[in-house]
Amino acid sequence: MSTDPFIRFRDVSKEFPRPDGSGTFLAVDRLSFEIARGEIVAVLGKTGCGKSTMFNLLAGLIEPTSGMVDVTGHDPFREFAYFRGKIGIVFQNDRLMPWRSALDNVLLGLQILDADKMEAEATARGWLTRLGLAGHESDYPHALSGGMRQRVSIARAFAVEPEILLCDEPFSSLDEMTARDLRSEFTRLVKQNGKTAVFITHHINEALEIGDRVMVFHRPARIAYEARMDQTSGEAERRNVQDRILEVLSLERSVDAPQV
Amino acid sequence: MIRNRRLRQAFQAAVSTAVLLAAWQFASYFFPHYLFPPVQAIFWRTVQIFIDIPLLIEVLATAARIFGGLFGAFLLGCVLAVVIGRSPFIESYFTPVLVFLQGIPALSWVVIAIIWFHGIEFRILFIMVMTTLPAFTFQILDAYRSMSKDLFEMTMSFRPSAWTLFRVLIVPTIVPGILTAWKVNLGNASRVVVVAELVGATGGVGYQLLLQQQLFDLAGALAWTLVLVLFVLVVQSALVAIEAWALRYRPVSERAA
Ligand SMILES: Nc1ncnc2c1ncn2[C@@H]1O[C@H](COP(=O)(O)OP(=O)(O)OP(=O)(O)O)[C@@H](O)[C@H]1O
Ligand SMILES: [Mg+2]
Repeated sequence: MSTDPFIRFRDVSKEFPRPDGSGTFLAVDRLSFEIARGEIVAVLGKTGCGKSTMFNLLAGLIEPTSGMVDVTGHDPFREFAYFRGKIGIVFQNDRLMPWRSALDNVLLGLQILDADKMEAEATARGWLTRLGLAGHESDYPHALSGGMRQRVSIARAFAVEPEILLCDEPFSSLDEMTARDLRSEFTRLVKQNGKTAVFITHHINEALEIGDRVMVFHRPARIAYEARMDQTSGEAERRNVQDRILEVLSLERSVDAPQV
Repeated sequence: MIRNRRLRQAFQAAVSTAVLLAAWQFASYFFPHYLFPPVQAIFWRTVQIFIDIPLLIEVLATAARIFGGLFGAFLLGCVLAVVIGRSPFIESYFTPVLVFLQGIPALSWVVIAIIWFHGIEFRILFIMVMTTLPAFTFQILDAYRSMSKDLFEMTMSFRPSAWTLFRVLIVPTIVPGILTAWKVNLGNASRVVVVAELVGATGGVGYQLLLQQQLFDLAGALAWTLVLVLFVLVVQSALVAIEAWALRYRPVSERAA
């Protein structure tokens, strides 16, 4: 692990215009953090706290209102072509193209990157098989179950072998057995290939299992708590961190509570 | 009860057609033939148009004018839709004009075309384009606007070139809307074309209709009308077939049958 930060957010804020035109809504509030190359960071936070918005900023899909997003010394929003093939996203919803078969959906990224046709297809088929979708290559999304669609979208992001993987609750619509298998497969893949990953989840256990580090977001998005998980961390330490996370999360206002 | 849905529909269509033909034939026994020509007379006149090469060429000329006009309006409509779609500023200038154009009747365009232009084919093309352009533009624009923001951002996350984005996302998104636009405008264009051919065309279905009117020949007029309607139906079903193929990925609810 190099000491140079790979991903850096410095005082990043994001405001959205309110739909009724009455001013703006603050979704990310002077968020700062750094992520090193090869690290897996799990992000926890209550619903609506700005986790997906942070992803969109990191992926350069939206522009920060203020502050600086820096990925390997480049601006992901401004430098559009530079990041081609470097960032892969598993979105919170599957976002499959309904007119493409499962295989063609996985091929999308590879086609955009102009990969060799034969190789691309072999890669895509390999990923579908690995995710338990062999035999469904030519199915259209509407004929797949929610969990299967989610796995196709995981395959789509992984197939391009990006340096940075952003996963927004990728396993949330899967049964626990499948999710467990994929979690260990995910960590293995990221570690083996020296990728860097940011992983949003609502499950504290999943965060602790996957993350080298866990960040808990405040609402609007700001770091409320952070803990480094070591392979050597004992059961007692884990419990401790878990309790702290629960404590921090319970201090957060719930969505329905009146805003003071 | 006929079980097969298609068979049942064909049967129902055949029944209503037969009733209509019978009523017409019945009327032909009581009225002079120049008012209600017998069904078989209309039928043979129609057949004649298809087997007599010079007459068939007139049908093809009209077909070419329909397609020429639609194609021109489609291309222009695409350009306009892209221009309008890119900027709300431009949209606020263009939309009122298109709405205004949409209100102008085909016959007014005929008069304008005759006064403005000389070439007959150009006049017809002008009329065809002007009458179908606004609808085409709005329909293409709607199709473009219906693009999913989620799919757009997902595609953008792979950072495609503008051309690749167009190919992998925009085209598949707008194809259903464009096919619908073609279906709708084909009907309009086939009605307008016969009016447009009154600008002095010396051939085509519109010209033939005018001729039959001067000859007071209703069987002929009906035969030419029938040919035009058949043409629209054939092209329409070709479009439906293309649509079914292009949209084969769409799920069909079992309840929708
Ligand atoms: N494009 C947008 N326009 C306006 N408001 C937005 C937009 N995107 C997000 N928001 C608002 O920003 C806040 C944060 O949204 P975000 O999707 O980042 O939450 P999240 O932490 O991912 O929540 P969840 O866990 O439920 O997915 C929400 O209040 C949301 O309404
Ligand atoms: Mg979210």
